[in-house]
Amino acid sequence: MALTVTPSQTIGPFFAHALPYAEGPYAVPAGHPGAIELRGTVYDGAGAPVPDALLEICLPGVFGRCATDAAGGYHFRTARPDSYIPLLVFARGLLKPLWTRVYLDDTDPFLATVREDRRGTLVAAAQDDGSYRFDVRFQGEGETVFLAV
Amino acid sequence: MPVDDPHPPYLHPAYGSTVLRAPSEPLLAPKLDPEAVELVDPVYGHQPVAELDHDLTRQHAGEPLGERIIVTGRVLDTGGRPVRGALVEAWQANAAGRYAHDLDQHPAPLDPNFSGAGRCLTDDDGRYRFVTIKPGAYPWRNHPNAWRPAHIHFSVFGTQFTQRLITQMYFPGDPLFPFDPIMQSVRDPEARAALVARFDIDTTVPEWALGYQWDIVIRGEA
Ligand SMILES: [Fe+2]
Repeated sequence: MALTVTPSQTIGPFFAHALPYAEGPYAVPAGHPGAIELRGTVYDGAGAPVPDALLEICLPGVFGRCATDAAGGYHFRTARPDSYIPLLVFARGLLKPLWTRVYLDDTDPFLATVREDRRGTLVAAAQDDGSYRFDVRFQGEGETVFLAV
Repeated sequence: MPVDDPHPPYLHPAYGSTVLRAPSEPLLAPKLDPEAVELVDPVYGHQPVAELDHDLTRQHAGEPLGERIIVTGRVLDTGGRPVRGALVEAWQANAAGRYAHDLDQHPAPLDPNFSGAGRCLTDDDGRYRFVTIKPGAYPWRNHPNAWRPAHIHFSVFGTQFTQRLITQMYFPGDPLFPFDPIMQSVRDPEARAALVARFDIDTTVPEWALGYQWDIVIRGEA
């Protein structure tokens, strides 16, 4: 029996109160060996921050969820990935979610398959405080590489 | 005949918010080997689902206003297999069409007895069940005189992150369907019809609540 997948519909603007998650952005406990802080801002095609996006990350044994704040910002505390952190973005105006990957450096072979001028959008920037910065740009200049998975 | 990709496009100008949010570059398709991190099981289950989380009418001191309903169905994969122990989250407006959300400016009354959010886990048949009230239609600013048909938002997890689905369930016979660019963004009529629940007299409980059946189909495991 082959069934058709139920079509995706937008998460809409009013999900924040409805998708509680105890640990939320804290995908691993404080003091988890090798835990990293990942933060960034989500921007639309006009460069405006997106204050109503929901981001999810997943690694073996790890799941995190964070809604963007009024300035489009998000943050996670997560385990250090072996290769990359899958990142899934839902938002008002996205009829289906966007998939991308957060790499912590540019050595992974997959990155070599990405057009050079866009490759950097998949690599988080190490910050002086040890955290990583990964912005998401939906459209236009500096548009994040999104994936069909 | 199953449709390969029933999902709406990113860019659907009739839904104005897509215009600045749809990516303009084509998506890249990485080859996912069986070890790909996208295929791991999202361990969302740190937070236990409480006994009454599926009942949106019993979260406050009193009962919410509106037409009490039962919404139930199965979460299946494209092979027709039940997805067991899946987390299903649901959220909706109240009977007057207002969300209990700070930013909802629709001048309809809030209901002190309704928050409009619930969750449950599917059973061994893949079945979920919510008790709630029928949400109202509500206006939005997408175009002049724009109204969303009554709907319940659903979020579903499978056993692989790639099976993740967020969608909306509609009620049969709603006259707003042809005017709603979000629903109409699904181009295939059969796929669109799959977003509409079925009224079911056998799910309906006498003297108590109307019953609706709505199955959710997620991708098969890779
Ligand atoms: Fe809604």
